[in-house]
Amino acid sequence: MIGHRVRDAGLAAARGLLLSLLSLGISLVLFVLLVVSLCLVPIGVGLFTTPVVTDAVRTHAGQRRFYARQWAGMAIPAGYRPYPAAGARRPGIAGQVERCVHLLKDPATWRDLLWLLTDAVAGFVLALLPWALPGYFLFGLVLAAGVWRPIVDAGGTYWFAFVPVQDWTTAFLAALTGVGFAVLALAVNPWLIRVHFLLARVLIGASEKELLAQRVARLTETRHDALDDSAAELRRIERDLHDGAQARLVAMGMNLGAVEALIEKDPAQAKKLLAQARESSAEALAELRDLVRGIHPPVLAERGLGDAVRALALRMRLPVEVDVDLPGRLDEAVESAAYFAISEVLTNAAKHSAAGQAWLDVYYSHQDRTLRVAITDNGRGGADPEAGSGLRGLERRLGSFDGVLAVSSPPGGPTLVTIEIPCSPAPAR
Amino acid sequence: MTEPRRPRVVVAEDLFLLRDGLVRLLAAHDFEIAAAVENGPELSKALAELRPDVAVVDVRLPPSFTDEGLQCALTARRERPGLPVLVLSQHVERLYAHELLADGTGGVGYLLKDRVFDAGQFVDAVRRVAAGGTAMDPQVLQQLLARRTHDSPLERLTPRELEGIELMAQGRSNAAIAERLVVTERAVAKHPSNIFAKLGLPPSDDDNRRVLAVLAYLER
Repeated sequence: MIGHRVRDAGLAAARGLLLSLLSLGISLVLFVLLVVSLCLVPIGVGLFTTPVVTDAVRTHAGQRRFYARQWAGMAIPAGYRPYPAAGARRPGIAGQVERCVHLLKDPATWRDLLWLLTDAVAGFVLALLPWALPGYFLFGLVLAAGVWRPIVDAGGTYWFAFVPVQDWTTAFLAALTGVGFAVLALAVNPWLIRVHFLLARVLIGASEKELLAQRVARLTETRHDALDDSAAELRRIERDLHDGAQARLVAMGMNLGAVEALIEKDPAQAKKLLAQARESSAEALAELRDLVRGIHPPVLAERGLGDAVRALALRMRLPVEVDVDLPGRLDEAVESAAYFAISEVLTNAAKHSAAGQAWLDVYYSHQDRTLRVAITDNGRGGADPEAGSGLRGLERRLGSFDGVLAVSSPPGGPTLVTIEIPCSPAPAR
Repeated sequence: MTEPRRPRVVVAEDLFLLRDGLVRLLAAHDFEIAAAVENGPELSKALAELRPDVAVVDVRLPPSFTDEGLQCALTARRERPGLPVLVLSQHVERLYAHELLADGTGGVGYLLKDRVFDAGQFVDAVRRVAAGGTAMDPQVLQQLLARRTHDSPLERLTPRELEGIELMAQGRSNAAIAERLVVTERAVAKHPSNIFAKLGLPPSDDDNRRVLAVLAYLER
């Protein structure tokens, strides 16, 4: 029990040390820079410096958010207004000004500014105490061990906190006070770090309203994408049916009509046409089969995601090692989205990566209620979701399910693509 | 002299038109229709009670509309190993082919529904399965062959030998392969051993073992 306390307090002291450096060092500097930069906006220079400084501030705040999550299990949501990605920005000075105005209009920028100052003062103190208290305790011990004598000899009474150290008795009293500080540190250290993060959360945590606004913006975007995609998909199916199966059935009907007319006059010709009709029907079937596979693969309907990706892997030219751990069936829409995403990633790997082997891991995490997919290949890497429209499209489609796609593909490989889709297991059918 | 007993067949297919067509086709080719059922539970019951010589089963059956037909067939084969089953489907998957062949007892067929168009070949496949042989859809093999790499020993085979190996993997007998390749049966009997030697496989005369050997080889 006491061991735990000591360890927690010690950990808090170490974290406090790092946080106090960040608070006093970086927060203060960034605060000054941001204020200067904002003052320079009217004369134009600030228009160019503010975005840079703001980026630094946001990175700095992001780091604190990270520590809050790691150390205190506290989520400090960011409420920055989304800004168009690099590709969609206006170039040149106009774009720069637009970006700066966008930043200045964002209340989160101003909240960050306030936080920087608070962090440099109150945040600093809160981070200082966890390591100053035990430090003072150690100093008290050193004093009581005899170090008080040269100090007192040199400068008269030495005040250890509220204890005037003059002789052995008072030095001992100082040590006792130091022990008091140590006990205090044991009691409050972890709590101080928590309060430090709470302070940050109060100032830079996004409000409920902002989070909702973010969510609505994201839903609007993904819904738009989903509708677009399904419209494009329907168009493709229509075209395939129109040019494929439908045309073949027309040809078949015509052949059969001709057969009807010929069967008595010219049985040999009729027989030839019948053979043609049969061929047409076989081709129509083959085309429909491909089309069906593109809409909803039959194995997926029959067996679920696990066997569907196994069948898919067997179908690939590239050898794929499959590892599946799923609790039966998942939500149908999620299964289908995951299947097509996996299929596309594997096809990409086979086409572009020159890989000799791929590995596919599909599993469901009950704890996070999330489907996780990892696809690795030993190819040449260098896949870039920003450059290739394929991965981007995939990302968009997964977006409708609140799913995410991450690609790690350094030049020279290997490529690792991870997909996560929150979902729940389907009730047993 | 008694006429040879007609093979008794159970047909399981949920679409009336197809079921009716299959029944007509098989009846016309001297099969006795023991039962024609339209869903999984009925199929299980028919397989257990009627003990047919062969079953022609659609993969997807009601009530679940998943791979219920395949599951019923696999279960029945676990209870009665070697029960001849010909599975029909709108699509062929190597995954399913594996599961059907896994027990190694033969009497297994797995064909696309389109194959019914060629009545002669289809009935031939049903007969072969009923006799304990194998009938694999050419598409299963194409999926396998599509995968071969440059350094595969398959590259050493002539196109004719590749054709031979496809026919072998489909479960064709030597006589049938000879007919397809238009050579004499004796030449064909030597042919597989040539191919097997090139691939480094032990020669085998048993059609089923031959199918398994070829498929297992192509899996590598």
